[in-house]
Amino acid sequence: MSSDPRDEIVQHLPALRAFSLSLTRNGAVADDMVQDTLVKAWSKIASFEPGTNMRAWLFTILRNTYYSNRRKAGREVSDAEGVFTESLSEKPAHDGRLQLADFRRAFVKLTDEQREALILVGAQGFSYEDAAETCGVAVGTIKSRVNRARARLTELLQLDDDDKLEMTDQATMAVVTGTSPSAR
Amino acid sequence: MGHTRSKDKDSEVIDENLKRVYQDMLDEKVPDRFLDLIAQLKSQDDTSTEGSAT
Repeated sequence: MSSDPRDEIVQHLPALRAFSLSLTRNGAVADDMVQDTLVKAWSKIASFEPGTNMRAWLFTILRNTYYSNRRKAGREVSDAEGVFTESLSEKPAHDGRLQLADFRRAFVKLTDEQREALILVGAQGFSYEDAAETCGVAVGTIKSRVNRARARLTELLQLDDDDKLEMTDQATMAVVTGTSPSAR
Repeated sequence: MGHTRSKDKDSEVIDENLKRVYQDMLDEKVPDRFLDLIAQLKSQDDTSTEGSAT
């Protein structure tokens, strides 16, 4: 094998930053984590097995760094609410835009472990096995974190009762009657 | 309304939003500082491993 696996690292930068931001919920902290990860990855490249999932390997370094810092600080980064949402540019108006902002607000309220599991499996498309290895836990643990994350989001977004349907009904009613639906 | 069906629907809504939020982050331009850092790490490497047969 003549090529340096490190040449591949640059391809994973967008995903690494996205994962970092999802985990830290803070743009500045997220980028510091990415920087640390790059330096560590560079020097620890011997521990990377060529042919295996480099993205997962980089994510592992990043999340280990993050949790180790969190342990030292003795708490989660707590000023997150709002920072995560503000650090992202809002897409121009489309249907469901408000819902997306609501989603971000709910998402930052999950625990670090829940956000991490949900992002890896639900957004990044990792298998439960890859996610489990990245997080250094059992597959069952990842599954339960993903389930709990979904359940919590459902609760926070109030998807679990008939609100969604009710809102649709109210909106329909508003169109029909010309009145605006009452604010929730 | 079947409960299971609405639960599936909830997961769908959640995953759809999750993917959009994540895609927004993926679409962000990578700051030059990271490309600079990689270039720097690379050049340090070239200097320190000079002469060694790898």
